[in-house]
Amino acid sequence: MFPNLDHREMPRALQHLLARSRQVAPTMPRRSFLKLAGASGLALAVFPHLSAAQAAGATASGLKPTQQPSAFVQIAPNGEVTVTINRLEFGQGVQTGLPMLLAEELDADWSLVRSRNGSSDPAYIDPLFGIHLTGGSHSIKNSFTQYRELGARARAMLLSAAATRWNVDVLTLRTQAGAVLGPGGRKAGYGELAEAAMALPVPEKVTLKNPKDFRIIGRPTTRLDARAKSSGRQDFGIDTRLPGQLTAVVAHPPVFGARLRSLDDSAARAVKGVKAVLRIPVDRNGEGVAVVADGYWPAKQGRDALKLQWDTAAVEKVDSERLLAQYRELAGRPGPRTFDADMAPLASAPRQLEAEFVFPYLAHAPMEPLNCTVQMTDERAELWVGTQCPGLDAAAAARVLGIKPEQVTMHVQMAGGGFGRRFVGTSDYVVEACEIAKAARGAGLSVPVRTLWSREDDIKGGYYRPMHLHRARIGFDERGNVLAWDHVIVGQSITTGTVFGEFQVKNGIDATATEGMRDPYPLPMRLTVHHPKVNVPVLWWRSVGSTHTAYVMETLIDEIARATNQDPVAYRMRHFGDKYPRHRAALQLAVDQSGYGKKQLPKGRAWGVAVHQSFDSVVAYVVEASVVEGRPVLHRVTSGVHCNLAVNPRSVEAQVQGAAVMGLSMCLPGAAITLKDGEVQQSNFGDFPVPRITDMPQISVHIVPSAEPPTGMGEPGLPPLAPAFANAIARLTGRPLRELPFKLA
Amino acid sequence: MSMLNVNGRDHSVDVDPATPILWALRDTLGLNGTKFGCGAALCGACTVHLDGRAIRSCVTPISAAEGKKIGTIEAVTDGSDRVGAAVHAAWVKHDVAQCGYCQSGQIMSATAFLKSLPKGKRPTAAEIESAMAGNICRCGTYARIRAAVADAAATLA
Repeated sequence: MFPNLDHREMPRALQHLLARSRQVAPTMPRRSFLKLAGASGLALAVFPHLSAAQAAGATASGLKPTQQPSAFVQIAPNGEVTVTINRLEFGQGVQTGLPMLLAEELDADWSLVRSRNGSSDPAYIDPLFGIHLTGGSHSIKNSFTQYRELGARARAMLLSAAATRWNVDVLTLRTQAGAVLGPGGRKAGYGELAEAAMALPVPEKVTLKNPKDFRIIGRPTTRLDARAKSSGRQDFGIDTRLPGQLTAVVAHPPVFGARLRSLDDSAARAVKGVKAVLRIPVDRNGEGVAVVADGYWPAKQGRDALKLQWDTAAVEKVDSERLLAQYRELAGRPGPRTFDADMAPLASAPRQLEAEFVFPYLAHAPMEPLNCTVQMTDERAELWVGTQCPGLDAAAAARVLGIKPEQVTMHVQMAGGGFGRRFVGTSDYVVEACEIAKAARGAGLSVPVRTLWSREDDIKGGYYRPMHLHRARIGFDERGNVLAWDHVIVGQSITTGTVFGEFQVKNGIDATATEGMRDPYPLPMRLTVHHPKVNVPVLWWRSVGSTHTAYVMETLIDEIARATNQDPVAYRMRHFGDKYPRHRAALQLAVDQSGYGKKQLPKGRAWGVAVHQSFDSVVAYVVEASVVEGRPVLHRVTSGVHCNLAVNPRSVEAQVQGAAVMGLSMCLPGAAITLKDGEVQQSNFGDFPVPRITDMPQISVHIVPSAEPPTGMGEPGLPPLAPAFANAIARLTGRPLRELPFKLA
Repeated sequence: MSMLNVNGRDHSVDVDPATPILWALRDTLGLNGTKFGCGAALCGACTVHLDGRAIRSCVTPISAAEGKKIGTIEAVTDGSDRVGAAVHAAWVKHDVAQCGYCQSGQIMSATAFLKSLPKGKRPTAAEIESAMAGNICRCGTYARIRAAVADAAATLA
C-alpha cells in the first residue's frame, strides 16, 4: 500500500512539506491525560515537571513524543492496560500486534490488555518516516523497537514505584503478568502502582528483553477486536453518529474532471428528508453535486432525482482498448532506462523468448464504502475517518476549510478494509467531505456532515491500480542461463504529481512501477519504462508494483525453466544461490510442506511455483491447480513465509490467507476496470466480481523460524499467488497466461 | 408511520415505506451492527433475519417487513440465541475477522443456515459453501469462515 522505500531517502523538501501536517496540535495537552482518562482508566506517566526530572537526574525531556509512554499506555486501577496504536487498523492486525510488543516488555497480563485508536497527535507518527502513515507493511517493522521501549519504560516506572512503596532496592524486584513481585512474598498489581508510577520521571534508556525470553511476542494470539467484530459491536468510520449529523451523497462527474453544464435539482429538493443540494468542486478540477439529507436513503433518493448535464469537452475521455494500442506503440519507443545491461548477446542467443503482458486497472473495493464525517466550528474542524495518513489529510482539510492544520483534529476510525485506497496523495474523499461541510455551512447547515460513497461511487471513483503493459525479449542458452533480457514497462506513474513523486521518481522512472523486477535473479537486464499521462487517477493497490512485476518475473522464469526442461524449484534455487537465503528457506519450506516432487497429484492437476520478496518479506507458494470446464481452478496453496520474527503467527497466517485471496482476485473472470468514452464501465460487485468462499482454495501457511527483527506481512502474501496459479495452468495447457484476468484461449 | 418489529421490540418509524430495512435500522433506529456494502444484494454485508430467514436488508423495503419479525446481529449475538451464541463463539475461537466489516452479515447468514438444518444434521463442506456464497469478504477470511461454521455446527449437533 506504499512503495518499498527507504526512509533515509526521504529528502528534506518532503520532510518540510510534511512537517506542516505534523504541526497539528495534540488533541489534548499531555498532562491532562490523567484527568481525561480518569473515568475509564488511569493514565500512566505524564511528562514530569522539569524540576522533578532534573532532581531525579532524568532526561525525559530528551524523549520524542513517539517515545513517551503517556501517549501510548494507560493502566486502570483494576489493572486493565490500554495501548494506543499509532496506525490505522483496517484488518491487518496491528491493533493486536502493537499492544503485544508493548505488553511484552511491560510484562503485562495479556488478558487485561486493551487497544484504542490514535489520532493526528504528533506522538502517533511513524518513528522512522516522521509522518502519520499506515502503509508499506511497515507498522510492526517500524514500531517494533518503539513499542517495546514504551513498555519497558512504563515497567521501569512501575518497578520504581514499588521500590519506593516497600522501601527496598529496585534490583530486588521483578515483574510477572501485570504485577511487581518483591522480597518476602510482596506483590502489587500494576493497577495499584500506576498512580505513583505516573509521577516518576520517564527513563530514557531501557534494556529490552532477549527474544528467547518472550512470552507474548511470537505466541499465536487472538485479535483484541475479535469479540467486537463477531457481534456487530465494532464501530467503523461509517458508524460515526454525532448530534444533528446529516448525510451527504455526491453525484460525481461521469468522466474524471468533467464539470456541470446544467443542474435541475427541483425534484431532488422535493424528496422528504433532503436539506440541501450543493454544487461542489471535486477531484481533478471536476464538479459534483452533493445532496445533503437526514440519512443515506433520502440523500441517495435525492441524488437519483437530480437532472444533470455534464460538460466533458475539456477532459480526456479514455478508452481502454485505444489505450492499450497506445501503450503498445509506446513500448516500441526509446525511453528512460534502468538496469542498463548490454543487449548485444540477445541477437546471438541460442534460445529466444518474446512475451507481452497486459494488466488492467483494478479497484480496491474495500467492504466499508469510503466515508468521512466533518464537524466545523468557527475556529476548528474535527474529522472522523478511517485513513492511512491522518497528517496529510489534516493538512488537506485545513487548506479546504481555510484554517490552519493545527486547528484540525483527526479521529482515526477503525476501517473496513482499504488495501491502499485510504492513503491518497490528494486526500480525495477527505477533501470532498470538507468541501461539502463548508458548502453546507455556507447554506446555513452548521451541523456535522457525514459524506458517504455508494459502492458505485467506489468502483467508478478512480484511484485504481494502474493498467500496465510489459514486454520482454529474452535470450538464453540450453541450460537456462539468461544472456540478455530486454524489458519494457508501460504504465502511469502512481506518485508523479504527489508529494511522494519527488523521491519516488528518479530519472523519469517511478520506483513503484519497477519494484520487484529482477531480484532475486541476477539477470543481465535492460529495463525501459514509459509513464504516459492518462485521465484516470491511479494509486497503490496492496503490494503496489509487485502486483504486476512479480507476475511477469515469476511466470517468465518458469517459462525459461520449462523451455529448458528444468524443474522450476531447482531452477529458482540455482539462481538464489547463497545470496538469497530467505528466498531459499521460504521456497524449501513450501516445497517440503506441499509434497512437491514426492506426492502424485490427481489426474488433471499440476503444480505451480512462485516466490517473491516485497516489503522485506519473502513468500513462496506451491499450488495445485486444474482446468475445470474450461475454467482455471485453484485447489490447494502451500505457503512458505519468511518475515523474520513472526510477532503474532496467527495474524501472519490470516494475512497470507487474505493476501492470497486478493492475489486470486486478479485472476478471476471480470477482474478488470475498463473505460469507454471516458466512463468506467463497471459499477458494483456484479460486474467487478471479487472472490467468494466458493473460489477459496485449501491454504496452509508455514513460517520460517527466525529471531531477527520482524518485517511486514500486510502485503507480501499477494504477489506470488497469481504467477504460481498461472504456472500450474501453463503446465497443463502448454500455453502461458500473459493477460490478467486469465483468459484461456 | 410504519411499524417495525426489531429484535422483539416494536418501533414506529416515520420514513418512506420504500426505505430499505438497512437504512431504517442504521439511520433511524441507530442499530449500526448491520452494514452497508453494496446496496444491491451482491455482498451480503447487510444480512438480517426476516422471520428467521436471511435476507438482504439493503434491497428489502420496510413495507415488506410489516407484521414480520426482524432479527439483527445485535440480538443474535447477545447470548440469548443458542445458535447465534455458538456461531459467535466459533467466530472468536477461529479469530475469523480481519477488518471485520462483513462479519455481521457472515454471522447472520451462518446462523440462519444452521437454524435451517434438521435437528442433529451436520452440514457438509459443500453445503456450508453454498450457504455462505452470498457473502463477500474482501479481506479473504473464507478459510476461517469455513472452519468456524463447521465448528459451530459441531457444537450444536
